[in-house]
Amino acid sequence: MKAPALRNLFRRQSLETPPATEEAALRSDRFRLDREADWRRLDTIVTMMEKGRLRRIPDDDVLALPALYRTAASSLSVARETSLDQAALAYLEALVQRAWFQVYRPQQGFFSWLRGFLGGGLSRSIQQIWLDICIALAAMVAGTITGWLLVSRDQEWYYALVPAGFTDSRVPGATRETLLESLAVQQDAQGLSAFAAYLFSNNAGVAILAFALGFAFGVPSVLLLVHNMAVLGAMWWLFSDAGLSWEFAAWLSVHGTTELFAILLAGAAGIHIGRSMAFPGARSIMAAAAGSGQRAAQVMAGVVLMLIVAAMLEAFPRQLLGMNERFLIGGSMLAIWLAYFFAVRPRKPALQLAHGE
Amino acid sequence: MRNLPDKRRRTVVTPEGIALPFTIGSRAARFGALLLDFLIIGLALLALTLLLIWMFGGLFSATDGTGAMNGAAEFLMIFYFLLLFAARYGYFLGFEMGPRGATPGKRLLGLRVAARDGGRLTAEAVIARNLLRDIEIFLPLVLIFSAPSGEGGPAGVAAAAWFACFMLFAVFNKDAMRAGDLIAGTWVVEAPRARLAAALSTSAAAASGTSSLTGARYDFSDSELGVYGEYELQTLERVLRDSNDDTIGQVAETICRKIGWTTGAGDERAFLEAFYAQLRARLEGGLRFGQRKADKYS
Repeated sequence: MKAPALRNLFRRQSLETPPATEEAALRSDRFRLDREADWRRLDTIVTMMEKGRLRRIPDDDVLALPALYRTAASSLSVARETSLDQAALAYLEALVQRAWFQVYRPQQGFFSWLRGFLGGGLSRSIQQIWLDICIALAAMVAGTITGWLLVSRDQEWYYALVPAGFTDSRVPGATRETLLESLAVQQDAQGLSAFAAYLFSNNAGVAILAFALGFAFGVPSVLLLVHNMAVLGAMWWLFSDAGLSWEFAAWLSVHGTTELFAILLAGAAGIHIGRSMAFPGARSIMAAAAGSGQRAAQVMAGVVLMLIVAAMLEAFPRQLLGMNERFLIGGSMLAIWLAYFFAVRPRKPALQLAHGE
Repeated sequence: MRNLPDKRRRTVVTPEGIALPFTIGSRAARFGALLLDFLIIGLALLALTLLLIWMFGGLFSATDGTGAMNGAAEFLMIFYFLLLFAARYGYFLGFEMGPRGATPGKRLLGLRVAARDGGRLTAEAVIARNLLRDIEIFLPLVLIFSAPSGEGGPAGVAAAAWFACFMLFAVFNKDAMRAGDLIAGTWVVEAPRARLAAALSTSAAAASGTSSLTGARYDFSDSELGVYGEYELQTLERVLRDSNDDTIGQVAETICRKIGWTTGAGDERAFLEAFYAQLRARLEGGLRFGQRKADKYS
């Protein structure tokens, strides 16, 4: 134990006459008074940091923060063993906790996170869940084929699969002209933004659902993907039956390459969480869920951005352009996404994922 | 630490190997914080909406006769929807990534977000826990209200049940984690706020047992001090810090009765300070030799 500071010595001595037990009684308070200046300094720094006034903290204090934090922490463990001063203990516990929050707070603000996210964080997360993307892709392909086959066997399936919103004129037995009209180019963009907003919320709902259902070990995610793609397969059959395969593909490709890709990623993110909870390996289930959850959340943030882009594409260019332009836009969007996600291998992770990695 | 709810106490070991005590935020406080946050966002958006209407209201009434909006109004609508979206997510993300790790609602109720493993709270974790909020709250509400209508059939009911589990997730685990907390590796704890109170053993009565008021000496024997333990010491500490004359008088009287002293009235504070200092000296002395006396029964 350090020798008491002069100031405290004087105060102590003037008060302290009685024998050994009495002196020991004050030892814990002396310990406290010795270190109080350091605690108060740490308190001031932490308070400034909590108020977000980082710039105003002197350099000396910033450099001293880790040392002060450790000193306060060791004071706490000593005080727990030697002092019964409840108020000082509570203060010290709170101080160490607050200092811990500041030492281990998020290193980035929202905007620097966003920069890192767009500049490689998103691609990295997506590349890390490649296996789940493959599983989700297989489910989607299987779903499309199932939808097609079911409807081509028995047209009643069409009404079972396709939601009422789409069965206005697009029903089995509709003429080629009616179907072509539903794919037609509209002359102006009136009211399309509201349509875009509706589509966005609709698709975001499906994507979020695909992600959320992943918690049940990924199985419902796969089922949802299969079901949604079965709708697409059924509609594709309808149009190809009328000889409009290419027109339909062009109509779909404008936004579909972006939107279906986003739903694919959302499903993959859900499967990723489910898979890591089912097979956590050496980690605890909680640690595995936390590790995969943070990765999946990055992917989902990307999915939300993609869905916004998809809704814009769906409402405006799809309704306004001819067939070739539609293919051009859809194809180039797909190429852009693929290049962005997979072409560049991001260097090293800027941040280590904290949980069990 | 008896006065704190033990069920919510947790100890986390930081990367430096320090055992830090935490108190899990109560579910009621968290619900209240959520309501407050939504109230704040709602009011801010309402004010903004009114401002926009006041500034640009003319655009919407000036239709071209077909009932459709004109270009400027449509642009404004898109801007507005994006703003609503950004406000909801930006509010939670911005504040929880900030230095206090808490939204204003959480701050008001003394809560904050922390990493469960004692390590760094990452931006990814904050994103993960906030992305799931929609799934936990809004989707379930929609499904639960639509399920009884039977529109979705048995699948709709099943989905409603599934999402109800999501919604009530925090009720069914002892750490009060939302599903978002689970996958983000976070939890919500009480934010500590404690002031350093003055050291109690610096007054004359505490240090020497001599009252500065009357000059009386209070010296307690070992057997007199031996009747109480740490719990009574902490109670006494609170009484002295609260400095309520009535309580001090009552407590002094109780102690006198217990140890068989008779003192005059008027000098209770000095008496208690002396008793506190000597009791603490005795108990801390024992502490150093590994002997603890938890309360008067032990």
